[in-house]
Amino acid sequence: MDSPASLGLYGRLLGARVRSDWQYRTSFITLLFSQALVTVLEFVSILLVLELVPNLGGWTPTEVAFLYALATVPFGMADLLMSSVERTANHVQAGTFDRLLLRPLPALFQISAIEFELRRAGKLLPSLGVGVWAVANVDVAWNAQRVGVLVMAVLCGAVIYSALWVASASVSFWAVGSREAANAVTYGGQAANQYPLHVYRNWVRAVLGWGIPLAFVSYVPSQWILDAENPLGMPSNLVVAIPVVTVAVLVAALGCWGLGIRHYQSTGS
Amino acid sequence: MSDQPAITLSDIGKTYVVRTKAGALRRHRNEVKAVDGVSFAVEAGEMVGYLGPNGAGKSTTIKMITGILTPTSGRLRVLGLKPVAQRRMLAKHIGVVFGQRSQLWWDLPLIDSFDLLHHVYATEPGRHKHNVAEFIDRLDLGEFLTTPVRQLSLGQRMRGELTAALLHDPELVVLDEPTIGLDVVSKHAVRTFLQDVNAQRGTTVLLTTHDLDDVEQLCKRMLIIDHGRVLLDQSVADFKKEHGTRRTLVVEFEHVVDPVQLAHATVARCEGPQQWLSFDRSVTTAAALISELAELHAIRDLSIDEPEIEDLVRGLYKS
Ligand SMILES: Nc1ncnc2c1ncn2[C@@H]1O[C@H](COP(=O)(O)OP(=O)(O)O)[C@@H](O)[C@H]1O
Ligand SMILES: [Mg+2]
Repeated sequence: MDSPASLGLYGRLLGARVRSDWQYRTSFITLLFSQALVTVLEFVSILLVLELVPNLGGWTPTEVAFLYALATVPFGMADLLMSSVERTANHVQAGTFDRLLLRPLPALFQISAIEFELRRAGKLLPSLGVGVWAVANVDVAWNAQRVGVLVMAVLCGAVIYSALWVASASVSFWAVGSREAANAVTYGGQAANQYPLHVYRNWVRAVLGWGIPLAFVSYVPSQWILDAENPLGMPSNLVVAIPVVTVAVLVAALGCWGLGIRHYQSTGS
Repeated sequence: MSDQPAITLSDIGKTYVVRTKAGALRRHRNEVKAVDGVSFAVEAGEMVGYLGPNGAGKSTTIKMITGILTPTSGRLRVLGLKPVAQRRMLAKHIGVVFGQRSQLWWDLPLIDSFDLLHHVYATEPGRHKHNVAEFIDRLDLGEFLTTPVRQLSLGQRMRGELTAALLHDPELVVLDEPTIGLDVVSKHAVRTFLQDVNAQRGTTVLLTTHDLDDVEQLCKRMLIIDHGRVLLDQSVADFKKEHGTRRTLVVEFEHVVDPVQLAHATVARCEGPQQWLSFDRSVTTAAALISELAELHAIRDLSIDEPEIEDLVRGLYKS
């Protein structure tokens, strides 16, 4: 599968999904409309909250906003493209996962497209808004290196979150009911990752740094790009580890997924 | 690829692990041996019927052949590939139909599924157009091409499924109960189509069914499986000679009469005006029996009972 062709194919599968939704257009439109409303409200409320945030361990409110955006933008991207793997549990339970295995495409590629939901873009937009605002207002001399690290951090972050989703969806090949427990990892980790790491107790720091390494998504690159206070005394070249951590997490997640598929039992009749 | 069998199963087994709740946290772990040491080979170009009663292990076998399930034991090769390890490569060369489960885009017009599959399989555009036109013509799809799949009748949907499975010119087609629940006309359409595909394109066909007629009309070779084991693997012609010739003619007379006395049939059962006559199709015909009966008594209704696969399997255990 070469990449331009698979991009086109992804587009077609998405198109099929949207046209299917359009068959039930009243609920489709209602959902989009309510999501748009929630999105606007969320954006306004974030700005209001950031106004009130005190200095968190030496980080200014703008710096916290930057960190917040660097945690939530990749999360939104991963949510839009990969959180559809959550639906694996439903397909496993109904036995409809069979169909994905009969086509000459990776199952992840297919499930991402066929379970795509446009309304998830609603989570991404307010985060992007905050991000743009923070980049414009933060006290940083932007240069090629900083922009490079920022882009890398966003992309690697999206991959890390996606990988967490894939890993937690893999659980459904063994036990369909345990999906909620697995979700605690993705959503819980995400919620914790929206604040600077140094405000947490040691065990939370250890989990976010080394367990589910979400600190590498936002705290590590934010601290480096902003040259912000470093109460934890992280080595200054820790950003170099971001792609390494990303690849490690991705490999582990794909391993779980592959193992899960081999363990897939389908359903009778 | 042509001199080796299309499918080879050597001592294949599949055990499902089923966990059932036994209290708040405790789970019972049960093992279900669905396929238990099955071996057979299907040569390229063959059309083979895989028969068995419900729960025999037919679907499980098909799912292993198509790479959906990992066998618990044994060695499996399909078109020279390992189905699970080389699943995506295999998918390009095989077509699969599950009678009970749709491969089509449920909410979209039938034609959209064909168009999407064209891109999924990256079929050469000229070839795709030619195939679509040919299948629309042969399977009479014209009338419902723009109807959403969910609104199709079972017969119409099955014709769509067959097309979907064959659009990419697979060398092997595997069908799991393709005729289940179909009316007589659709069954006939499906059978004729499969026969043509096998004869004209040389496509290897493996189909499961619990309908003996499917196999008698389509296949030269059949396997019967029960409780995960192959009970019989022989030519359909031989099978018919040995097992498949007894039929039952059910007559309902106008009035209650004594059991009839005929040279080539015996009364197996008698219930009011109805009588069940068992006869050997290689000795006499239903038509001959009916004319004999019509001379004896006035007849209200007639039907012929085909033997069920369950009866045959029972017979095989006895012999
Ligand atoms: N996914 C599954 N999980 C557990 N048991 C199964 C599953 N699929 C089939 N079985 C069991 O395995 C046996 C064979 O089933 P199957 O292969 O579907 O038979 P057939 O297709 O011949 O009706 C049956 O006892 C069935 O209940
Ligand atoms: Mg079955």
